[in-house]
Amino acid sequence: MTRQYSLCGNRWDAETYRVGVLREVAGRGGSAYVHDVLAVGDLVGLGGPRNNFPLVPASRYLFVAGGIGITPLLPMVHQAELLGADWTLVYGGRTRGSMAFLDELAVHGERVHVVPQDECGLIDLPRWLGAPDPATKVYCCGPGPLLDAVERICAAWPPFALRTERFVAREQGAPSRTTPFDVELARTGGTVTVPPDLSVLEALGKAGVEVLSSCRQGLCGTCETDVLAGLPEHRDSILDDAERAAGDCMFVCVSRSLGDRLVLDL
Amino acid sequence: MSLAAVPTTTVDPFSPEVLADPLPFQERLREAGPVVYLTSHGVHAFGRHEQVHAALTNWQGLQSGAGVGLSNFRLEKPWRPPSLLLESDPPRHDAPRRVLSAVLGPRVLRSLRERWSADAEALVDEVLAGPDEFDAVPALAEAFPLRVFPDAVGLGPDGRENLLPYGNHLFNAFGPANALVEAGRPRAPELGARVAGQCAREALSGDGFGAAVWAAADRGEITPEQAPLVVRSLLSAGIDTTVHGLAAVLHAFATHPAQWRRLRERPQLARVAFDEAVRWQSPVQTFFRTATRDVEIGGTVIPDGGKVLMFLGAANRDPRRWADPDAFDLGRDPSGHVGFGMGLHQCVGQHVARLEAEALLTALAARVASIRQVGDGERQLNNTLRAWASIPVRVHRA
Ligand code: HEM
Ligand code: FES
Repeated sequence: MTRQYSLCGNRWDAETYRVGVLREVAGRGGSAYVHDVLAVGDLVGLGGPRNNFPLVPASRYLFVAGGIGITPLLPMVHQAELLGADWTLVYGGRTRGSMAFLDELAVHGERVHVVPQDECGLIDLPRWLGAPDPATKVYCCGPGPLLDAVERICAAWPPFALRTERFVAREQGAPSRTTPFDVELARTGGTVTVPPDLSVLEALGKAGVEVLSSCRQGLCGTCETDVLAGLPEHRDSILDDAERAAGDCMFVCVSRSLGDRLVLDL
Repeated sequence: MSLAAVPTTTVDPFSPEVLADPLPFQERLREAGPVVYLTSHGVHAFGRHEQVHAALTNWQGLQSGAGVGLSNFRLEKPWRPPSLLLESDPPRHDAPRRVLSAVLGPRVLRSLRERWSADAEALVDEVLAGPDEFDAVPALAEAFPLRVFPDAVGLGPDGRENLLPYGNHLFNAFGPANALVEAGRPRAPELGARVAGQCAREALSGDGFGAAVWAAADRGEITPEQAPLVVRSLLSAGIDTTVHGLAAVLHAFATHPAQWRRLRERPQLARVAFDEAVRWQSPVQTFFRTATRDVEIGGTVIPDGGKVLMFLGAANRDPRRWADPDAFDLGRDPSGHVGFGMGLHQCVGQHVARLEAEALLTALAARVASIRQVGDGERQLNNTLRAWASIPVRVHRA
């Protein structure tokens, strides 16, 4: 199975990724797997991190988190602090006991407003978002109804003031292949089989087809290759969702194939 | 390991003798050890691929925000407002980098490919209409980037002649305050002001990289105050580098006729050829970093606040990493060279440079049967760039 989680660790620690996973009783099995099966010492595969929810510069930030929607906002809080920006976090959840990372957030004192529903009711959004402020960017992550409500109120705010990330079960593509696939070379002719333990770039190299590369981590864009047919499984940190969906190019150092066959412009 | 165990050298890598021919010094540096202390400037230096790569990818321990030249911005005031990309660290580096990566992204460049190929063909035809012998630096290496890049950024017609002198001084200024920097100093404020003026929204056309940067500011991805500095980074980092990158590949072919024949047989090798030339000549030779804490590299602890000097050019010829490193060879896979840097600050314009080179080399390969350098040519000394003033060549048309 493949799932996307927000990295909520410290970027200044180059050796660790941290994610926060809420057990979803009615989920599709990803969170249950993490909670029940995954154990310390197990190996998991990972695709290149992508940032679809970047912190843009502002002198003031209002962060609004609902439940496990706190995870992408945690590193933002840290960065806002480093940038010396004026920031406030309003964090709602069902009960204090169900809300993750409260201990970690406690160091920020007054800037953090914890709103457990059983004690205080829902977040009083009009109070926090009532008066549009051109110097403030609003970041919101959490369940759909919270985002909908924030979006409604922020309609009165300047354009681009509100930035949101929806925790929806994104349509997951087919799971990563664990079997080999073929890469057909349209220009030079010939076919190269890519086994599960080699990247497309490595398999091509072994077959004597040199593709220029640099970072080999899906970051720099050097190994971009045109896809003429087949569906790539994108694992880079470069393309946005629309570019991924277009499926007409891929970064062969990390990305693979969803189907049995890819035709590349090589 | 104690400091006493670190080999030292008194040689000044920014002296005119070393700049004119850096290879012997770089070899001694590599062979002396993974880390060498330069007494001339009080910094630790890396000449081997492993340590240069490790330093480039360790943005947490070795920062750019205190300047990527010798000057330490923690102690000295920079000569110009620092770059929001090159001379900054996360989290401040994030937003400008994200914007420029998108502005210069693969999709955008695809749309430029045809136009630049046509421009390259036109330029090569003009040059070939003249005498068989010409100077490839002004005729091609300078002419092509100056023809396509300022237009792509959206600069107005005036003031383009300031771009090369500005870039030349900027790259000198990363080194020590030697005669090269002194020579540029009188005009630096004027050039800086003129280039800054070209980055304003009103000064830029509506459809270039510059306008795209301003559009990102309109969407709040960077602030309106940041936009001109992000545009400036295109003008600072995007012209002299490509000029000397193209000069490097032209010099390489003009001195390696067998490789030129190989390119003519398989013009798709143009991309590999350019990266191989960037490896072999390393138009950007060096950059500095500053330790954010005591950081261990290659068995030596760099003290907090200490400057380190990374020799990209030396790493690109390290025999520990490359077989027959001094050969310019289209059969080699140059992937993994550090001529464009590596990691967080890796050149955001590398695809622009590659596209320019591919267009020019493809146009030349189709029209020129042989290109030979006539004489040694003339280097242009610069504290950071391995640059050419003149490469006289003789060509035979195909
Ligand atoms: C052959 C041509 C070029 C070479 C050899 C080159 C080399 C480099 C190197 C080595 C770095 C890394 C600096 C560091 O790590 O501190 C860099 C960064 C950069 N380059 Fe290039 N460059 C070239 C062309 C270009 C072009 C055409 C552009 C603009 C379109 C450009 C824009 C930049 C910028 C803005 C940065 C800073 C990126 C950052 O700090 O995030 N370069 N370049
Ligand atoms: S080599 Fe950098 S993206 Fe593939």
